[in-house]
Amino acid sequence: MEEKRVDARGKACPLPVIETKKAIESLTSGRVVTIVDNAVARDNVLKLARSLNLPVDVVTEGHNFILTITKEGARLDSAPEAETAPVAVAERSGRGTVILVLTDAIGRPVEELGRVLTKSFFYALTESTPAPAAVIFLNGGVRLTTAGSEVISSLKTLEKQGVEILSCGTCLDYLNLKDKLEVGSVSNMFTIVEKLLTAEKVITIS
Amino acid sequence: MLHDPRLLVGHSTGDDAAVYQLAPDLVLVQTVDFFTPVVDDPFLFGQIAAANALSDIYAMGARPLLALNIVGFPSCLGESVLHEILRGGAEKVKEAGALLAGGHSIADEEPKYGLAVTGTARPEEIWSNAGASPGDELILTKPLGTGVFLTAYKVDLAPSTEFGRVCHSMASLNAAAAAAARKIGVSACTDITGFGLLGHAYEMAAASGVDITFFLSAIPFFPGARDLARQGLVPAGTYRNREYLAGKVELPPGVEDEVSDLLFDPQTSGGLLFAVSADRSPLLLTELKRRGIPAARIGRVEPARGLEPRLFVEC
Repeated sequence: MEEKRVDARGKACPLPVIETKKAIESLTSGRVVTIVDNAVARDNVLKLARSLNLPVDVVTEGHNFILTITKEGARLDSAPEAETAPVAVAERSGRGTVILVLTDAIGRPVEELGRVLTKSFFYALTESTPAPAAVIFLNGGVRLTTAGSEVISSLKTLEKQGVEILSCGTCLDYLNLKDKLEVGSVSNMFTIVEKLLTAEKVITIS
Repeated sequence: MLHDPRLLVGHSTGDDAAVYQLAPDLVLVQTVDFFTPVVDDPFLFGQIAAANALSDIYAMGARPLLALNIVGFPSCLGESVLHEILRGGAEKVKEAGALLAGGHSIADEEPKYGLAVTGTARPEEIWSNAGASPGDELILTKPLGTGVFLTAYKVDLAPSTEFGRVCHSMASLNAAAAAAARKIGVSACTDITGFGLLGHAYEMAAASGVDITFFLSAIPFFPGARDLARQGLVPAGTYRNREYLAGKVELPPGVEDEVSDLLFDPQTSGGLLFAVSADRSPLLLTELKRRGIPAARIGRVEPARGLEPRLFVEC
């Protein structure tokens, strides 16, 4: 089971909640262990877990509180249909495949054709079984997860199917797209490397 | 502290401003309030900080005459930002019909802005915290939830349409609400700020020697506020307010956390809370609505049951 640790000691509200939320979002299933050093942060993280219908356990250690939140393939929205969603996710997911996307126009040399291919690739992906565990966007690939992209709706469909959509934060920064992200979450190279190393299969789109 | 009979309202009743008798028929009302930016837009921040500072004058039943800027500003930030903050504040002072007569600024690590405001009233016009009597009804003039919205805004989680409504409310002067109340006549008033609805209501109950009962279903919240509270975007002030009022408030059994959190939610530039006699209460509501104010009748004043004043919240 994958585990994420969030050390939110010394951080003022609402940062402990946000960091925990991001950690939960970055996991398809697994555990998030958040350490906080005050009761306000403890209660706010508890509220977050309950709002997502995720089981949570609190242990007090000295001045610290350790909250363990378990996510088992459940989707990160508190909509009522979440109760039925995990079944559908389990059927669709090919847990081991990670797709690495390095471009917003597949192949060479015709860029215009590349964009058309990209669009149909992601549409086809939404209709295919098993779905990948994650799609990771690097370099020019992040143009696909940000405003102006033609594949946002396909990516949102994938996300609803339980596929993790991750965009490289450095790339978003470099291309000035950080505030334009429209689907999935921002990730860092450590998470990305971990995903690639633990994947059963990596498919690179360049 | 020196006691001077001309100081009609000091800080002993937890009132919103100091009231000083200048002449038999004239009192001076003074207040000061400032804070760090709550939104990124400097003009909007200036408007909110000024509306918040002016509110204390309205909450006392007075009219603002003069305002002075209080500014802390880092040398590394552009002058245009400061200019926009001051422009936002000046616009609100002008809207209030007061004069901006200068101010003082210092270099500071974090921007801060607010106003010192001087107002006047006739002595009988002053609404203190202490005037609520059993049988009065309570009317609130702005919805609750600015605390959770500002917490969510800090981390980009405030839904933009809903947050727009909250900002509009925070930047709105309490002038029209106060004018309506002056026309109809009320027995007590306070503005709802950092101590939240229940904190400020408790001060009113304590100063007046009464109990207060709230009707939970009638209390207005900003759309979206409950969602944010449920997700844990609850400011530390909420917990402090809840702790301070422990044992003084009786919440109905089974009330959701996200709802009770909003009753303790610290407000920035919140509304006025009036205690008004039951026969005038419908008139005041009509007068407020006529002026476009989203007012709601949210509770009633009752005789104190125990030695200490208490607040009750009914479903």
